[in-house]
Amino acid sequence: MATVPRSAAQTARQTGSGHESFLRHARFRWLKVSAALSLVALIGYVAADTKPRPSGNSVMGYTLGTIGALLIVWLTLLGVRKRAMTRGAWSLKGWTSAHVYLGLSLVVIGTLHTGFQFGWNVHTLAYGLMMLVIGSGIFGVIAYATLPAALSQNREELTQAQMIEGLEAIDRQLNEAAQSLPREDIDLVLRALADSPLRGGLRVRLASNGTRCETARAIARLGSSAATPERDRTMTLLIRRKSQLDRMRRHLRIKALLEVWLYLHIPATFALLAALTAHIVSVFYYW
Amino acid sequence: MGCLALIGMAQGCREGGTSVSEPVRIAIIGSGPAGLSAAARAAALGLSHVLLEKSDHLCDTIFKYQKGKHVMATPAMLVLRADLNFDAGKREAILDTWDRQMAEARVNIRCNSDVAAIEGEAGNFILKLRDGTATRAEAVILAIGTQGNPNLLRCLGGGLPHVQYQLDDPGEFIDEHITVIGSGDAGIENALGLAADPVQRNVVTILNRSAEFARAKKGNVELLTEAVAAGRMIVRHETSPAEVREGELVLDTRDGQETIRCDRIIARMGSAAPRARVESWGVEFSSPERDAFPVLSPVFETTRPGIHVIGALAGYPLIKHCMNQGYDVVEFLNGNTALKPADEPILEARFADLPQRRSVDEWLALIGANVGILHELSPLQLRELLLDSTARRFARDEVIFARHAPGSSLFAIVSGSVLVELDAADPSKVVPIEQGSIFGEVGLISGRRRGSTVRAAEATVALELSRSAALKLMATSPSAARELTRISIERQLLQIFGSGLTREDLAEVVAGSEVKTCRAGEVVLAEGETGQDIYIIRRGSMVVEKQIGGRTVFLSYLPAGSYVGEMALIDGTPRTATVKAAIKSEVIRLPGEAFARLLESKPELLRKARGDMTVRREVNAFIEGRKAGFSGAVDMYSATAQFLVDNGIGEATDVLLIDEKLCVGCDNCEKACADSHDGLSRLNREAGRTYAHLHVPTSCRHCEHPHCMADCPPNAIKRGADGEVVIDDTCIGCGNCQRNCPYDVIRMDSVPPKKPPLLSWMFLGLGPGPGEPGKGWRKKHLAPGAEQPKKAIKCDMCSGIAGGPACVRACPTGAAIRVSPEAFLTVARMDQAD
Repeated sequence: MATVPRSAAQTARQTGSGHESFLRHARFRWLKVSAALSLVALIGYVAADTKPRPSGNSVMGYTLGTIGALLIVWLTLLGVRKRAMTRGAWSLKGWTSAHVYLGLSLVVIGTLHTGFQFGWNVHTLAYGLMMLVIGSGIFGVIAYATLPAALSQNREELTQAQMIEGLEAIDRQLNEAAQSLPREDIDLVLRALADSPLRGGLRVRLASNGTRCETARAIARLGSSAATPERDRTMTLLIRRKSQLDRMRRHLRIKALLEVWLYLHIPATFALLAALTAHIVSVFYYW
Repeated sequence: MGCLALIGMAQGCREGGTSVSEPVRIAIIGSGPAGLSAAARAAALGLSHVLLEKSDHLCDTIFKYQKGKHVMATPAMLVLRADLNFDAGKREAILDTWDRQMAEARVNIRCNSDVAAIEGEAGNFILKLRDGTATRAEAVILAIGTQGNPNLLRCLGGGLPHVQYQLDDPGEFIDEHITVIGSGDAGIENALGLAADPVQRNVVTILNRSAEFARAKKGNVELLTEAVAAGRMIVRHETSPAEVREGELVLDTRDGQETIRCDRIIARMGSAAPRARVESWGVEFSSPERDAFPVLSPVFETTRPGIHVIGALAGYPLIKHCMNQGYDVVEFLNGNTALKPADEPILEARFADLPQRRSVDEWLALIGANVGILHELSPLQLRELLLDSTARRFARDEVIFARHAPGSSLFAIVSGSVLVELDAADPSKVVPIEQGSIFGEVGLISGRRRGSTVRAAEATVALELSRSAALKLMATSPSAARELTRISIERQLLQIFGSGLTREDLAEVVAGSEVKTCRAGEVVLAEGETGQDIYIIRRGSMVVEKQIGGRTVFLSYLPAGSYVGEMALIDGTPRTATVKAAIKSEVIRLPGEAFARLLESKPELLRKARGDMTVRREVNAFIEGRKAGFSGAVDMYSATAQFLVDNGIGEATDVLLIDEKLCVGCDNCEKACADSHDGLSRLNREAGRTYAHLHVPTSCRHCEHPHCMADCPPNAIKRGADGEVVIDDTCIGCGNCQRNCPYDVIRMDSVPPKKPPLLSWMFLGLGPGPGEPGKGWRKKHLAPGAEQPKKAIKCDMCSGIAGGPACVRACPTGAAIRVSPEAFLTVARMDQAD
């Protein structure tokens, strides 16, 4: 039927690979690297068979510790990489991919470094913080892998600014429509209008399922009153407001879920860096 | 403005009811930069003159710029030759300077003087004004620009005084029944303004001739709908005015006539380009094309002797050009024929690199004589063409452009000759192009990358015409356009069907061919139809679809340079699929019989066509096979492809897509964009259409034929080395590109102050952090007294930045991808649609 000339293939100037997610980046390159690293560490640990028992202050222990500490510092640098828009053929997707898989390999490397010796000390604190960072990171990976589709589905091509504008437009109409209602109805509408999804902190957003929604209450109360043309008009607008509110709450909730783990991941990382410094300094001080 | 005070200076006398002024040497119509400069020159030379301005102030276009707008003075290298001063600066300062200088020069200005007709002949023109008066002049200079006049209400009573065409202050009317006519943005904005304050108690009605507000911005239509819902305004669809009466308005509605109360009519029905008016004055244009200009002599004289055209109407939209021409045309009229145009030094520089030492005039004569498509041009047109072109020399065997390199310029061989490499693998297979001919036309017409490598066969001098210069040439010179079309068809055939064919083989096919323009969505070939003609896509792109199991299935996407229709010709079967235009396109129709004869005489060509056909059949069979087994996947693939085509991907060369199954909404793409480009983001991730989690954000697609390039006064929009469409520093901030872009990807903004480095933000909390700084921070950190010219900002695909587009590099999850349509709209995608 038709033929595309070979000359038509336009070359695009692109870095990084084509259309694949950070988890599958470069055909799971970093998963492979990380698995190999863990495997080598495990074999080394078993083969070294340190006497009297494996611990941090053996040759194997120092090796694993050094690798672990360097990895932690490098993993922390993702925060800088993400924000420093330098030139050059790097891809943040590649960095994220490496961050995820190498971060996971720390579970093996870090645990082997401890030689399974735990106690109430700064060393185990550093280990605990590391596991906390990794745990929160795993939550992040799951969130990143599962939530975006829902975020996109829910917003239906609307931007956040458009959602707010849409709500404001409904509110303006509600305000006008309610003018001709009796006093107690007006109060209901005003209370509903004062109810904004943008108010409240992270907790409210995460938990927001619309249970204490003033708009829902206004709909219920107005619906039980005798129907008049003014009430009907107000009701229609209130129902529109409610569905817009629900969409915005879902939007904010998903966005909050995509961010909430960072509130643990980042501070825990800094705590880990501090504990790690204390751990290293104390180890060398008491050598 | 100083205009009203000066009106008295026009000496008039009454002659039997109509007032006719005493004859002047020169009448100048229009007081824009060109008209002002001409009038100032006439005054300085002591020539009797009159400057006629239709509004009540000078320089209406600049007068209507927004308050405080920074007006730019490009091109920088052009010397200003005028009696008035002009430098880049604020609108107010420029207008004040000109008002003052016009008064000082004692220029004879008549405002509120709209010329309706020009009668008489050179030496004795009579200019009839709309107010019934007339003016006599020996010569006329038209400097009316391209803004045009508002379309007038043509129904009965349309001339009554309560019909107005402008609304300055919507707050000045109270207790009135006001009808706004016009469904564009101007009309809607006026109506909204009039109805905004309920205290004014106006009853505002807006009339719309059609059923929808299709031409207006979405935001305006939403506000209008809201105002109607709130009862603040009345919209009447499918309604037009039938008769205007005192205090009422008769309407033609769908259900018959109706009369409403109406105290005032605001008519905002767009404006008519001045061309019809100018043509009615006996001035001929170079061609019927929409973008043609009046035919002018080297002294700006039109085809009607004694009438001259300068400025934007003559094709020179920049203020400096206009002012220079105003000066020049009056000098010419005053007999100064030795005057060299002010652009002479620029042209000298154009030829400076060439080996032969010739004067500009000698070069112009040589180019005009040697290059076929330029034979018809006047010296003035040639000069203009050269301002936007480069004369280049090439040594023997030097590559002029390489296959796959981006480029849409046209080359004309002034001396020497070149060779076109037909086969990328074998550089010895070449076709020569001789002196006087052109090359590079495929890139120009298709907007795509170069199809073959061209190198110099001997020492060659060639003129490289920029895309805009070449398009202007085609619009102004019909013979050049015809020649270019003929050559391009022939070359396109040679390129598609490969070596072994000669020009003579193709003569019959080329002679019977025709170029057809197709609207977006227009069907070129319909499935099941009989017909044997072959179509070559010359510009734009097509989609191939087929009905399978009662559904339309998307088979493939065809960019310019592809051909369709050979299956029916070779097999003699009905068309197996439907081919329709994805965007506005052009196809070359080749007569089936002639092509069949060509195939018969060239077995090799037949073999090639059969080979192409087999590949195509395999793809179709693959999709049909999948359709039987995995119907859902094929439907999804079809629907996604259709969505992308509907969103203009068909004309894109490189577009940013976001996979919303991966996008976490971090906006790092926007931040990276801003941080790579002076702190301004050129993309809006969240905005734009989405289908099946595939999101097309608001960001430049680098169209094959960029809409933004269409009307750029300084020609600041170019295609860069990687095919990106970029705006360079000569942007004057006029906003034309922003209005012309159908995808809303251009913004007008000024460069924000520099941010502190990233580490001082991270550790010390200094500055606004990564991404585009907020308005507040920008305002606070603005260098005091600095001019803030707003320029057009758009994606440049991170041109010149190693590593490529920052948006893609900075995406942490791999959601942001850049694709070209033919790489993306392929069957390979189908697996991902599962």
